Amino acid sequence: MSDILVSEQSAPGPGGSGRPAGRLLEVDDLRVEFRTRDGVAKVINGVTYHVDAGETLAVLGESGSGKSVTAQTIMGILDTPPGFVTGGQIRFHGKDMLRMSSEERRRIRGEGIAMIFQDALSALNPVFTVGFQIAEQFRVRRGLGRAEAKKRAIEMLDQVKIPNAKGRFNNYPHQFSGGMRQRAMIAMSLALDPEVLIADEPTTALDVTVQAQIMDLLAELQRERQMGMILITHDLGVVADVADRIAVMYAGRIVEEADVYDLYAKPAHPYTMGLIDSIPRLDEKGQQLRTIKGLPPNLMNIPPGCPFNPRCPMAQPVCREKVPPLLQVGTARASACHFAEELVNRD
Amino acid sequence: MTENILEVRDLVKHYPVTQGVVFKKTVGQVKAVDGVSFDLRAGETLGVVGESGCGKSTLARVLMNLEKPTAGNVVYKGQDISKLSGGALRRLRRQIQLVMQDPYTSLNPRMTVGDLIGEPFEIHPEVAPKGSRRAKVRELLDLVGLNPEHINRYPHQFSGGQRQRIGIARALALRPEIIVCDEPVSALDVSIQAQVMNLLEQLQTEFGLSYVFIAHDLSVVRHLSDRVAVMYLGKIVEIGTEDEIYERPTHPYTQALLSAVPVPDPTQRHHKTIIRLTGDVPSPVSPPSGCRFRTRCWKAQDVCAEKVPLLEIRQGSDHPSACHFAEKREIVATHEV
Repeated sequence: MSDILVSEQSAPGPGGSGRPAGRLLEVDDLRVEFRTRDGVAKVINGVTYHVDAGETLAVLGESGSGKSVTAQTIMGILDTPPGFVTGGQIRFHGKDMLRMSSEERRRIRGEGIAMIFQDALSALNPVFTVGFQIAEQFRVRRGLGRAEAKKRAIEMLDQVKIPNAKGRFNNYPHQFSGGMRQRAMIAMSLALDPEVLIADEPTTALDVTVQAQIMDLLAELQRERQMGMILITHDLGVVADVADRIAVMYAGRIVEEADVYDLYAKPAHPYTMGLIDSIPRLDEKGQQLRTIKGLPPNLMNIPPGCPFNPRCPMAQPVCREKVPPLLQVGTARASACHFAEELVNRD
Repeated sequence: MTENILEVRDLVKHYPVTQGVVFKKTVGQVKAVDGVSFDLRAGETLGVVGESGCGKSTLARVLMNLEKPTAGNVVYKGQDISKLSGGALRRLRRQIQLVMQDPYTSLNPRMTVGDLIGEPFEIHPEVAPKGSRRAKVRELLDLVGLNPEHINRYPHQFSGGQRQRIGIARALALRPEIIVCDEPVSALDVSIQAQVMNLLEQLQTEFGLSYVFIAHDLSVVRHLSDRVAVMYLGKIVEIGTEDEIYERPTHPYTQALLSAVPVPDPTQRHHKTIIRLTGDVPSPVSPPSGCRFRTRCWKAQDVCAEKVPLLEIRQGSDHPSACHFAEKREIVATHEV
């Protein structure tokens, strides 16, 4: 374990070789495509990121950017067909999960990497009680007896601050409110004490006051357990509150990766810049919303060169010809823009 | 002062909760909207914010008279909409239009864009004679930033943001004076959301529209609204200008709501206090006695359980606030841009 915690170089490299060994979870040049009747959609086109113990990596992107598909591929729950992994590696403790047997992968799910979803109501099974669904893991994976499993499940419900956990054990998901359901799902995903938690838009369906409660709970549990967390979201506000590092995705690629403070202070990619400019802010008056013109590309027909070039205010001829690789700019940050240096060095 | 274009007084909408199949009996009432009053002035945007279940969408439906109110009136230029029916209602509806949240389900997938936007003219043929309708639709498409050449396309050929533009074009077709927007941007990605918000602002200046802008996103509401009403469990708890609500909120619920909004600036991370509300919103079937917020309020006293606080200006508040202990508190540190 110790060598994992030592890895201090948070500098994201250009991807591929030369990585320090002992990262907790690494996604390396992952490529996924969806083969449909209408054609092949290139959903993930070389995604590289990593997460270490105790840190929160936020994966930020709009719908269709591939952030959830990356997570599904990590968990091994990608629908195949139509989804196919066409390249890359996903290393957990240095071992490529894509080359593991399904039995090995199954063992990692829950204990190694767990996931919580946006919509708790459809993620929970409506015909079993919440308590049963949590206790099931203890019986199947830990071989505990019924009574012991129940005790542990109630402990879990208690840990996620569900009031009257004992009484709630026999409730069905529909008897829980939205926030409670999300808590129950967190309890379920943390039952086997995973090392990495992937949270896919955990608060998008919730009201702001409940969102604050759930984000607090996640942060607290993460601190206690020193989990690595991948927070997938489109909400720049939530990200600013909790993330350590941010990876911004666009059209199946990471276009920028940086420390949270650097990213907001000085984005090194025009897409990130556009995103930050286009959010209305509670604390700023009279701002004019700047927009990113146009629409995200059709993944069946990604424009040549930089995928962002048709919408980019800075686009030059080179952007239409060459795909900019994700390269390091300055220290500890990376950007996939031909003009990243200029962006970072501007006043 | 500008004239009021819409006056809403003590609007109530209750839905019966029934039990039994053959012998239905009413066992309770869902008090979705329970005594809401406000004025909409000509040319202004009134934002309505609140969490899910607070009754803001029901309010939109009752304002449009898509649902008959249980009690109360909606008065448009001296005419009570809630009392109208038939032809009189149809004529009045020309003036009030609705933009809905979900651009995926609010457009009929089997109609072309031309038919969708032209449909209002079928109902109100006096607005555009038959021969000029196509031209009108093209004009509207151009107005909302869509390509007029796409008049024969179907909704599925458009993205979410473009569909919302179609919805806006349809609402604009009859040149209404009021548009009720029910969460018009919440299904859209941020970059697209900004485009649609800018479009709404631009149309307002161009046509002098009044908006009732319903949303759960407080930042979006601040950006677009002149005045803001905060709803909780079917009632307005605080109403005032955008400045009054965001900079000098006096109702504890408004304060908690504002404090919980994540600010997209990591340097603010440790500088802001979040008021943590415990528990969930109570059921609108049996709301708490007295002040409805008291079960989650840190200021609650005995009086809160006994007396319903009226929405009025009181000591400690320069705008109407429905709290016995209304008091100014700075939550959002605003900087001018």
